[in-house]
Amino acid sequence: MSARVGVLAIQGDFEAHARALARAGAEAVLVRDPKELDGLDALVLPGGESTTIAKGMERLALYEPVRAFVESGHPVLGTCAGAILLARAVENHPVRSLGLVDVTAVRNAYGTQVDSFVACVDAGAAPGLEGLRCVFIRAPRLRDPGPGVEVLARVDGEPVLIRQGNRFAATFHPELTDDARVHALLLGGMRTPGAARRLAR
Amino acid sequence: MAHHKYDERSKGGNGSGAERVGAKAFELKVGLAEMLKGGVIMDVTTAEQAKIAEDAGACAVMALERVPADIRKEGGVARMTAVEVIEQIQRVVSIPVMAKVRIGHLMEARVLESLGVDFIDESEVLTPADEEHHVWKHDFKSPFVCGARNLGEALRRIAEGAAMIRTKGEAGSGNIVEAVRHLRAVNGQIRALTTTSPEELPARAKELQAPLDLVRFVAEHGRLPVPNFAAGGIATPPDAALCRALGAEAVFVGSGIFKSADPEARARAVVRACTHWDDPKQVLEACRGLGKAMDGIEMSTLGDAERLANRGW
Repeated sequence: MSARVGVLAIQGDFEAHARALARAGAEAVLVRDPKELDGLDALVLPGGESTTIAKGMERLALYEPVRAFVESGHPVLGTCAGAILLARAVENHPVRSLGLVDVTAVRNAYGTQVDSFVACVDAGAAPGLEGLRCVFIRAPRLRDPGPGVEVLARVDGEPVLIRQGNRFAATFHPELTDDARVHALLLGGMRTPGAARRLAR
Repeated sequence: MAHHKYDERSKGGNGSGAERVGAKAFELKVGLAEMLKGGVIMDVTTAEQAKIAEDAGACAVMALERVPADIRKEGGVARMTAVEVIEQIQRVVSIPVMAKVRIGHLMEARVLESLGVDFIDESEVLTPADEEHHVWKHDFKSPFVCGARNLGEALRRIAEGAAMIRTKGEAGSGNIVEAVRHLRAVNGQIRALTTTSPEELPARAKELQAPLDLVRFVAEHGRLPVPNFAAGGIATPPDAALCRALGAEAVFVGSGIFKSADPEARARAVVRACTHWDDPKQVLEACRGLGKAMDGIEMSTLGDAERLANRGW
């Protein structure tokens, strides 16, 4: 049976994530209500506008249910706005975050849309992620990762993909390219045997 | 993603700094449009209004000198917003800041690009600067959104480099009927192309006055190669939900927010209805406690010359 992965569907490119998860062999379920977390194997927090998504999460009382879902051991992937929401702290127009990954996210850290860019990860990325092509759109930077955080990939020396156990945060948008490797990480197909065992239950 | 098959056509950027924009410009432009999906983009004329919009959950703001309802009332030439106002708005909000240029006014567009505006709207709401040509948008680093009333118009704008289409509706009217007409037209024409045999597509392209390669893309994929949002006449939460139900991936609200009795409450309500457009109970809750909506205009009272949607081709 394929994994059932929730995608937070308040605002942003949640449908691009649903398509990317389908390509990676999972079943995607759009989540707008705490009840919709029941029975899911993992969760994606998509790209979009983090202020808009945070306000929607407040209105729908999703902060505590999402935190509980991840703290009970379910894998989570946040991309761009989603990475900001996962962070311990947020700088530059802070939004309320979940505090699930021990890192500080700095919003819009590269500038406005005219500073958006495409780049491949630096040499020395984690095995299996070599040459990953990353799309950065009004992207955040990740600063001060804690001791439990592993940097999986960097661009120009800056961490762009990190993991803390089975919690993944990317400052770029793997859902906008055809490369399914980051979603495969979430699904435990590549380098998360713990998650894979859990998903195989 | 099919969106990106189109990016090799891009001539965007000045090509300096290899990986920074340049050849990948179109992919990045459409990428930002993807990030705005499911959201509400609100017209604002001051930094205070921009903050209200952001606090209500807008996914972007559109800076302009007057909302369409006032442009309609006051007349005169409507131009790009004052640079200082755009800069003040950029300082107070963290969400993307868009701004409008007159159709064909490539130098207003260069000014906005230099300001680092996140999206440029080449808009029929302003007084056109060129009655024949639109801006050649491939040459810019900034993404552009353009209005369209039908599929042919949408594809002509995409051929010029637009990274997002919004159906025009009738701006400043508070009347949703034109937005509905344009959404139905675009989506109906897309559906018709999906059942057209390949050898008939050149004739359809001729009728649509659109490039054949884009007509082929639509026939094959059943959608535009860029996101399709709705604008023009959205005044209530159910108006926003209706546009989503008819296939718009996000909505622009102009006069509807700040010409209503309670802009804060209405802005929050429209955001809620846009997110939960397919859940009538949520749309119902969004309708409570809003006070009076903006005044509306019946279409039959508007002459052809007063219809902003007729600008552009």
